[in-house]
Amino acid sequence: MSEHPFLQLTGVSKYFAGTRALESVDFACERGSIHAVLGENGAGKSTLIKIISGVLKPDTGSISIDGMPVDYASPADANAAGIVCIFQELSLVPDLTVADNISLAQPPRRFGMIDRRAQREIAEHLLARIKCEDVDPNALVRDLSLSRRQMVEIAKALGKRPRLLILDEATSALTRNDVETVYGLLADLRQDNVASLFISHRMNEVERLCDTLSVFRNGRHVETFAKGEKTDGQIVRLMIGREVDAQFPPKPAPTEHPAHLRVNALSWEKRLKGASLTVGRGEIVGLGGLDGQGQKELMLALFGVLRGVEGRVEVGETSGVPGDPAIAKQAPRRIALVPEDRKTEGLMLPMSIADNLLAASYAYVSVGPFISPALESQAVSEAVARLQIKIGDPQDAVATLSGGNQQKVVIAKWLMTDPDVILLNDPTRGIDVGTKQEIYRLMRRLADEGRAILFYSTDYAELIGCCERVAIMYDGAIVAELTGDAVTEEAIVAASLNIHAGAFGVTQ
Amino acid sequence: MSSKLANLASSIRQNRAFAGAVLMLLALFVLYNILHPRGFSSAVLIQNANESVAIVFVAMAQTIPVLLGGLDLSVGAVMTLSACIASVLVNGSPLQIIMGMVATLLAGTAFGFCNGLIVVYGRLQPIIATLATGAIAMGLALFIRPKPGGDVDGDLNWAVTNSLWDFVDTYGFFDPDAAWFAPVAWIPVPLLIILVFGAGVWLPFRRTVIGRTIYAIGSAEGAAYMSGLPINRAKIAAFTLAGFFAACGGLYLAIQTASGNADITQAGAYTLNSIAAVVLGGTSLLGGVGGALGSLIGALILRVISFYFRILSIDPLLQPLVEGLVLLAAVSLGAVRVFRIKNRLDLFR
Ligand SMILES: Nc1ncnc2c1ncn2[C@@H]1O[C@H](COP(=O)(O)OP(=O)(O)OP(=O)(O)O)[C@@H](O)[C@H]1O
Ligand SMILES: [Mg+2]
Repeated sequence: MSEHPFLQLTGVSKYFAGTRALESVDFACERGSIHAVLGENGAGKSTLIKIISGVLKPDTGSISIDGMPVDYASPADANAAGIVCIFQELSLVPDLTVADNISLAQPPRRFGMIDRRAQREIAEHLLARIKCEDVDPNALVRDLSLSRRQMVEIAKALGKRPRLLILDEATSALTRNDVETVYGLLADLRQDNVASLFISHRMNEVERLCDTLSVFRNGRHVETFAKGEKTDGQIVRLMIGREVDAQFPPKPAPTEHPAHLRVNALSWEKRLKGASLTVGRGEIVGLGGLDGQGQKELMLALFGVLRGVEGRVEVGETSGVPGDPAIAKQAPRRIALVPEDRKTEGLMLPMSIADNLLAASYAYVSVGPFISPALESQAVSEAVARLQIKIGDPQDAVATLSGGNQQKVVIAKWLMTDPDVILLNDPTRGIDVGTKQEIYRLMRRLADEGRAILFYSTDYAELIGCCERVAIMYDGAIVAELTGDAVTEEAIVAASLNIHAGAFGVTQ
Repeated sequence: MSSKLANLASSIRQNRAFAGAVLMLLALFVLYNILHPRGFSSAVLIQNANESVAIVFVAMAQTIPVLLGGLDLSVGAVMTLSACIASVLVNGSPLQIIMGMVATLLAGTAFGFCNGLIVVYGRLQPIIATLATGAIAMGLALFIRPKPGGDVDGDLNWAVTNSLWDFVDTYGFFDPDAAWFAPVAWIPVPLLIILVFGAGVWLPFRRTVIGRTIYAIGSAEGAAYMSGLPINRAKIAAFTLAGFFAACGGLYLAIQTASGNADITQAGAYTLNSIAAVVLGGTSLLGGVGGALGSLIGALILRVISFYFRILSIDPLLQPLVEGLVLLAAVSLGAVRVFRIKNRLDLFR
């Protein structure tokens, strides 16, 4: 142990066009430690790690490593010094292969040219280390699901041999198994005296993994303490400045719900194989199972994105698979989909917050062909208030918001269309505890208003807490449905895994 | 009131590129007039305005496909085609003249509409689709006007290429010397045409759902589609409007020169200059950011730069070289914003 902390920030501040993202922050982290950075959406966590990793320059203050002041000009400089960061908004190149991406900055070379064989071997080795043998190094990144992409990011970071590894919500889309793998990996790295900074809104992950916790609020470093010094309740209170009572709203007494969305034997390519499901008005139906079993495709099919879907879909009195999102969102179906990847499917990043909020509901704020500025600003302020989105000016680009607030914009956008059927693809990804609660309550309220909600989540606790009924998907079909008290963690895991074991024989 | 000011401040902050272009234009134009022996006179202004109309319209035309994230290589050719059509149709009785102008604008608009159909339903990249349709437009133009010439109504030529006073005088709407008219009588008609047909069409269009959708497609087509926005209609509308603006440019060019000329080199030069003007005006070639008013300013900047060659004696052989250097410098000025950016990730937007 040296007398200096490994990484030390002193008096770091950062301002963006008037908004304060960080205010004289002192922060330190040690070798061989897994250090959690906690805080609500917009607290400044991503800004902090962007400063550490050379993406942003602090307006004031200094950074030192091993007691030596450093000033990285770019992420490449920081990488070279062993500071490797997995950013919240993924930084893979979609049109390159997995192997290309993993060795993107420093590919193995022969005679000055990229050695594709060696590159492939590196990728295979790293993917094996995080138990992702199922990912083909020659696959294009754009063809992978979000959770696979996050795993590829992790492999890529590992390949850079970090001294300090930073994970900014890098596990937000991962399922239980992957998360376990990442835990094991971080524990190994700790053995090797690597320092890790871990940002996550999932308290149980932080609990399991980290030995030191730092809480940020409104751009200030509130406190740092060892794990076990404070209870969950105290930590949450430090984060959001108030008590959080029951996490999930109470479920209503079980009643018969008139079926509103009826899906029968839905098939598409090789990804959906006869999925059948009903969702009633006033009901929240959970969609579970291992990642990539067709949950995403099911939602896309219902929303009219996929071509060549077979099977029957009925929404109320209307039958037929919608041909287009534009048709799906209109009367009489009125479907909304909060998509998986907010960056490519949810938001138009350079456009303003207002434009993004309104993108699906221009019809409601138009007079004739023209968009009415008055109606527009009224609708925008209502939406911002409804989800308590933390924004400066609605005309700012949506890209300037923190990750969680961007996610809220996507949800708010779809609520503005006043939908009857709401398809939610992991809507709480990257959202802080306090807001998650708001969203659960909002979902309950929307259901009580008589809307039909289909809710996919990678977090079992959410499914258990929010849904009366959970449908488990496996290999493109619904293989089990759990109702009422039968919705337990064991039951969900068993339903997803039994079949898993059956199909692959040996795994698990 | 202070909230209005705050709004203004924030809109300038968000349109820094546009504000910068306006400043550059003003600086260049004032300096030009200082250097010009007859600077700050109505005659110089009228002459400058006349020579700017065509490129302004073509640049505005180019902006809209660029906002989608594409390029339209046919704008110069559509302008030339429209000019050739006008050189045949715009003469005769007043009614015939009006019908001729309408027909010219319709022809260019229809051509743009076809561009849109081909891009959307042929699933072609705009740049390659319009490379082909641009050649077709030139072919049609040559067919209509194998040799330069034509006969465009002389009164019309005089009326729209001079000041408002001459316009009123030519057609005798009222006494052009009326006292109430004096404050505006000096305004060049070509400037008004740019404002009425350019800004007057673009500003309302920008506020329609289709207009917004064009920006959304350029920003993130996937997200726009998932929002249920009318993607295909917006793309077709974008090319149609581009055709309309290009036709406006062609019509004016025909009236101004009282002739039509199916000049392939000229058409190509207009297309390339339109792209330069779009960039100067602060529109991103990646799409999603910018606007046609910026391109209007950008085109005027390009024009003023070329006017300098007249009053500064530069060897004609050197002219293209100097022009290229000046253009490079002007475009780089737009890149000055790069030095202000603290988040390096923003550079790539
Ligand atoms: N490029 C930018 N321009 C303007 N404001 C910004 C920019 N980046 C971040 N901010 C602002 O800085 C504040 C902190 O953002 P940051 O992304 O660090 O939050 P975070 O703690 O990572 O939140 P989350 O949990 O939602 O990811 C927010 O208010 C955000 O709006
Ligand atoms: Mg963040």
